[in-house]
Amino acid sequence: MTSPITAAHASLAPPRRPGLRGLRLLGQGPLFTVSVAVLAVLVLVAVFAPVIAPYDPEALDLSAGLAGTSGDHLLGTDQSGRDILSRLIHGARTGLLGPLLVIGVSTAVGTVLGAAAAWRGGWTDTFLSRSMDLVFAFPGLLLAILLVAVAGSGMAAPVTAMAVAYTPYVGRLVRGIARQEMARPYIESYRVQGWSGWTICVRHLLPNIAPTVFAQSAMNFGYALMDLAALSFLGFGVQPPAADWGAMINDGQAAVLQGAMLPALAPSACIVLAVVAFGIVGEGLADRIARRER
Amino acid sequence: MIRFLAGRLLGLVAVLFVTSLVVFGSVHLAPGDPVSFLLHGRPATPEAVEALRSRYHLDAPLPVQYAEWLGSALRGDFGVSAQYHQDVSSLISSRLPGTLLLIGYAALLVTLLGVAAGIGAALRPGLLDRTVLIGTGVATATPAFVGAIVLVAVFSVRLGWFPGPGGTPSGLPERLYHLTLPAFALALSFAGLLARVTRSAMLDELGRDHVEVARARGIAGRTVVRRHVLRNALGPVVTVGGTMFAGLLISTSIVETAFNVSGLGSLLVQSVTAKDFAVVQAITLLSVAAFAVVNVVVDLLAPLIDPRLSLRGEGTS
Repeated sequence: MTSPITAAHASLAPPRRPGLRGLRLLGQGPLFTVSVAVLAVLVLVAVFAPVIAPYDPEALDLSAGLAGTSGDHLLGTDQSGRDILSRLIHGARTGLLGPLLVIGVSTAVGTVLGAAAAWRGGWTDTFLSRSMDLVFAFPGLLLAILLVAVAGSGMAAPVTAMAVAYTPYVGRLVRGIARQEMARPYIESYRVQGWSGWTICVRHLLPNIAPTVFAQSAMNFGYALMDLAALSFLGFGVQPPAADWGAMINDGQAAVLQGAMLPALAPSACIVLAVVAFGIVGEGLADRIARRER
Repeated sequence: MIRFLAGRLLGLVAVLFVTSLVVFGSVHLAPGDPVSFLLHGRPATPEAVEALRSRYHLDAPLPVQYAEWLGSALRGDFGVSAQYHQDVSSLISSRLPGTLLLIGYAALLVTLLGVAAGIGAALRPGLLDRTVLIGTGVATATPAFVGAIVLVAVFSVRLGWFPGPGGTPSGLPERLYHLTLPAFALALSFAGLLARVTRSAMLDELGRDHVEVARARGIAGRTVVRRHVLRNALGPVVTVGGTMFAGLLISTSIVETAFNVSGLGSLLVQSVTAKDFAVVQAITLLSVAAFAVVNVVVDLLAPLIDPRLSLRGEGTS
């Protein structure tokens, strides 16, 4: 399986899904700073949502359904008369928490598996790499849908499925860079000094590959946000009436046909903005690391 | 070459085996008794329970259950849909054409838009290049359901050029007309990625010595681009394009749901909501299988399209 042809092919192998690669060219100047600022604001909004939001995101006011923008409701109201701005602000919470869980778990597990495969080599490597290939072959969205069919709607099934689906991405990345890193003389010299494999791994190898993994995680965060929003849009993730961007778009579909755009377009804009920002930050970080190593 | 082929096919078999285990096992992962899970609130008449027991061989040991289930699945027998009281396989085959038409339409758009934008950006640095970069940056960050909403808002509600979600078109031209917005929604992010790949593959080739030599020999710019740059840049474009077909297959469930298109994807989503588990199992199994097969086919085609891949393989082994 690791014939040169697969190796040659692997170098051309695309990311399995639309990537944000080319954002690199946009992510070097002020856009990087702007994106970091956008993400910082997003996190603050999510943390302080109850303080910032002008209204209760679930407070119904059926007499004020689909009101346009006004001083009272800056972004208008949805069909049930709920304040859209407040729902967007509260939606940032589930919008960030879900991907945070997915990325946290998949990065932790993927790093352990990838580092173990690289460090042990031989059969361990073959077994772990093949297992990751197998998980890779099962598209995350389908796994999530299957899990929802079994366990029911809610955040648990989609987050679990996505964490599983993202693990091989991290595992492959870590295995690759760990192997490159291990070829460097400093690892050998620690070995000669009699350090145990575990110590070298944890104290020296992992800190050196951590920045690259972190940059990739920032990009994956955007993907995970998209995937979880898609599942909420399908009605499998965050359940109404809770405020969530994906669920809000699903809710707002009918309003769009009546000519009221904001209930669906405002959360759409939030999702795209967040994904672009994560992409630019991830690319920018990866670029900075590459330049430092050169 | 034979080793490569055998390895790939073996990998495919492993994927299909594990997928079937996961799909089969999911019934038993569900909390509670498989029968009550499969019934899911429907009246548990003794006949219904008995039918499910014999259908899933629930009294036999697990490996036997799996073998029986896989055997029927391989014969195209996926059981009966609880929602439609119809054979799952005939239900699927009635929905398949809609999905294939949508995927085909989207694939065409992805190829045309993506390759054209990529070539344009590579050949015309400056304004066009920057426009394509920003455009594809936004396109790749736009999930299909967001694209769907925006397209409906602009082209259906505001401009009225295309029909909105729903409707039952008859005849191929009308169906294609109805599928235009869904196809664009599906194609958007994939076209963005393909444009990026095309652009960088073209730029790679443009900077090579042989292109310089061809130019120096006085060959017309257009011919250089067509015969020396584009042909060599085609390898990665085809590889990425091919794997994207598999991605389109997965994303259809979102777009079909957003546009109320009758297809496999919307059937899958409805079946999950309606707890129609036989249909969910069948569509998941078939989708993962199609996804895996397409990926292997692309892997096998890559050296045929770009012979340097296989040459490099033989040269170093």
